[in-house]
Amino acid sequence: MGHKTFDRGVHPSYYKELTASKRVERAPLPKTVTIPLQQHLGAVCEPIVKKGDLVIEGQKIGDVKAFVSAPVHASINGKVKDIELSNHPGGIRVLSVVIEGDGTAKEWSGAEIDLGSIAPEALREAVREAGIVGMGGAGFPTSVKLAPPKGKAIEAVILNGCECEPFLTADHRIMAEEPGKVVWGLKALMRATGASKGFIGIEENKPDAIDALKKAVGATGIEIIVLEAKYPQGAEKMLIQAALGRKVPVGKLPLDVGVVVNNVGTAVAIYEALNYGKPLIERIVTVSGNGVREPKNLKVRVGTSFEEVLGLCGGITGEGEKEVLNGGPMMGIAQSTLSVPVIKGTSGITVIASGKIKPEKYDPCIKCASCVSACPMGLMPYRLGDYGLKQMLANFKDFDGQSCIECGCCSYVCPAKRPLLQWIRMGKFFIRREAQRAAAKANNNKK
Amino acid sequence: MEDKTNDKTEVKSAPEAPAGPGGARLFVTSSPHFLNNESVPKIMHTVVLALFPAMAASVYFFGFRALLLYAICIGACLLTEYAFQKYMKRPIKIYDGSAIITGILLAMTLPPGFPVFGAILGSVFAIGVGKQLFGGLGFNIFNPALLGRAFLMATYPVLTTTWVEPRTVQKAVDAVSAATPLALMKFEGKLTPILDLFTGNVAGSLGETSAIAILIGGLFLRYKGYVNWKLPLGYLGSMAIFSGIFWLIDPSKYPDPLFHLFAGGAMLGAWFMVTDMVTSPTTDIGQWIFAITGGIMAVVIRLFGGLPEGVMYSILFMNAFVPLLNKHTRPRVFGAIKAKAE
Repeated sequence: MGHKTFDRGVHPSYYKELTASKRVERAPLPKTVTIPLQQHLGAVCEPIVKKGDLVIEGQKIGDVKAFVSAPVHASINGKVKDIELSNHPGGIRVLSVVIEGDGTAKEWSGAEIDLGSIAPEALREAVREAGIVGMGGAGFPTSVKLAPPKGKAIEAVILNGCECEPFLTADHRIMAEEPGKVVWGLKALMRATGASKGFIGIEENKPDAIDALKKAVGATGIEIIVLEAKYPQGAEKMLIQAALGRKVPVGKLPLDVGVVVNNVGTAVAIYEALNYGKPLIERIVTVSGNGVREPKNLKVRVGTSFEEVLGLCGGITGEGEKEVLNGGPMMGIAQSTLSVPVIKGTSGITVIASGKIKPEKYDPCIKCASCVSACPMGLMPYRLGDYGLKQMLANFKDFDGQSCIECGCCSYVCPAKRPLLQWIRMGKFFIRREAQRAAAKANNNKK
Repeated sequence: MEDKTNDKTEVKSAPEAPAGPGGARLFVTSSPHFLNNESVPKIMHTVVLALFPAMAASVYFFGFRALLLYAICIGACLLTEYAFQKYMKRPIKIYDGSAIITGILLAMTLPPGFPVFGAILGSVFAIGVGKQLFGGLGFNIFNPALLGRAFLMATYPVLTTTWVEPRTVQKAVDAVSAATPLALMKFEGKLTPILDLFTGNVAGSLGETSAIAILIGGLFLRYKGYVNWKLPLGYLGSMAIFSGIFWLIDPSKYPDPLFHLFAGGAMLGAWFMVTDMVTSPTTDIGQWIFAITGGIMAVVIRLFGGLPEGVMYSILFMNAFVPLLNKHTRPRVFGAIKAKAE
C-alpha cells in the first residue's frame, strides 16, 4: 500500500502466480494461419493478395486508405489458401486471409538504430506500415495516437505496464525479459509525439519487472511509477489519474490533457518494427485459467487458432462447462468456438472451468451501494443497469451512462450477482441504435 | 463493434472443434467472467450472527420471555414472507435471512412483557406491508422492523410503553412495571448511571438496553465490511454533538451526550437500522445527510417531542427521503468538473 492509484476500483484475486515466473516460450510454427482483415478499431482492411498467391512472412496482405486503420501482414511463409469470412475473437465474423505454411520461417534481427537519425514523421509512418495497434486489448491503431490534431501538444508518454487483469502475465514477462526494448520503444514514442517526459506505470505486484526496468532506464530521465495493484489500474483514464494526477474530462481523449498511453507490448513491437523491419505478426499470449492443464506464456504468431495454442498448453482440463476467453476474466470476450485466431490484441487466452463460472440467477438489488463504491468512473451502476435493461434511455444519459468504460467492477462486486455491465452495455447499444436510426431518417428526408 | 446484448446463451462447440477432453461445452456470457464471493444470503446471515450478542444479553436480562418473543417474531416473519411470496407467485426466498433479521429487530424493539398476539401482528405488518407489498426485499422504502414497531405503537399504545425491570434488579418475585431511562429523564428528570446503560442492566425494549452487546455485533459487521462506517458514525456523532450543545448550555436540564448514545434504541438503531442497506442512501453525500439529519432528529424528539424515544421515528422519517437523496446527491463523474468549466 501507499502506492499511487485512482479512486475506487476493486481487488479481485489475481492468480498471476500460475504464469508470472514462467519465461516466454516461442510457439512452434503453425501449419495454417487465419488472419482477420480487421484486428483494430477503425476501417476494415481490403485484401491485397489473391487466392493462390505466394506470400512471405511479414508481407502486407491487407490495407485500407483510412486514417484510423492499420494494415495486416502474413505471419508465415506460404500460399494464400482462401480469403473468406471467418470467426473473430471479438465475437463477429470478419473477412480473413487463410495462409497455408510451407514450413519455413524468417529470422528477424538487426542492429539498434540511432533514434536521432529518424524524423518523427518517418517514425509514425513506420509504425503504421508495421500494422502496430494497441496490444493491451482494445487494438486502437498506434499511428493515430502518435499524430495529435493541430494545436494539441503532447507532453508525456505513459507506457502501460499495469496489467491489472487477473491471470494475465504477458506484459509482466515482456518487462522482465526485454526491458531494453521497452525503454527504446518508449523513447521512439516520445520522439514521434514530441513529448518531453516518459513514464512507465507498473503495479507493485511485479517486483522483478520493476527492477529490470529500473536498470534499463538508467539515467535517461524516464520515470518508473509504481502503482497499487488494483483493478482497473491499467484503464487509460485511471492510469493517467494515478500517475500524473490529471483527469481526462468526460468525452475527451488523453491527448486533451497532453498525454498518450501505450502498452509496453506496443513499445516492444515498435522496437522490432524499426530495428528488425518486423511488422506486428507475433505477440506474447498468456494462456492460463483453472481450465488449462499447463498454463504458459507463449509467443504466438497472429492467426494461430485458439485450439492450437491451447493444445500447446496441454489442452483444456476437467469436466463440464468451460468459458474460453480472449483476454482476462474481467474484460475478456467469451468464445463460442475454439477455431478463432489469435489476433494482435489477444493478450491472453483464459479458460475458466465449471465451479468458477458465473451463476445464472440473480437476486433483486438490495441497494448495498457496493457498485457505487467500486465504479472508477463515479457512476451509479445499479441505476444505469435498470435504465439499460428497461431502455429508459433519457435517464440512462442523464446518469452519464455513456461514461462507462466497461471495466466490470460493478458486476464483480454485486452480492445479488446482477449482470450490471451487461445491462449497461444494452443501454449504450440502444442509444447507439437510436442515433443511427435518427441519422438514417435525416438522410432520407434530405433526399 | 459487436452486439453484446444477447442474454446468456449456451453454445455447443462446433463439431470441427472438439473442445478438449469430453467435448466440453463452451459458455458464452458477457464480461466480467469473475465475480466475488459475496451474496445476499451471506450478508443477511452475517447480520443475524452479529445480532447474537444483543440477543444473548436480552435473554440474560429478561429471561425466558425474551426467547419466546424472538421465536414468535422470527417465526411469524418467515411465515408471512412465505405466504406473500406464495400468493404473489414470486420465488420463495425465505432462506435468504432477511426475514429473520426483521423478526429479530422487531422483537428487540418490543418491551419484554409484550403479548404474543401483538408480536405476531407486528411481524405480519412488518413483512407484509413493510416489505412484500412494496415488492419484496430490495424494494421497500421503510425499514420493515421499524414499520412493524410503529404499527404496534399505534395499535397498542399502552403495552408498547409498559416496561419491566430486568431480572437482575427485580426485588419482588413478580415483574413490576418500571420506567425506561429515557422516560425517567423526560418525565421525572432522573438520570440512570451510564454503567447500567452500557451493560444493559435497565428497563427497556428487549435488545436495545445493552449498548456493549450491540456494539460488539456492530463492530463485527464493520470488520466484515457489511456496515458502511459513515452511517453509524454520522448518526451517533450527530446525536452526541447536537445533544452536547444543549448539555453545555444547561447541564442540569439536559442529559449528557453519553446518556443519549447509550440509552434507548440509539445503539441498536445506529448499528442495525440506519445501516440497513435497502433503506439507506447509496451515495456518499446522501449517506452523510441521511445519518446526520437522523441523529439530530432523534435528539430533537427526545428533548422536545411528546415521546421519550425518537430513534424509531427519526429513522423512518429519513427512510422516506432516501429516493430523493439518491437522486440529488450523485457521485461526481470522473472528469466531470473540467468538462463543465469549459
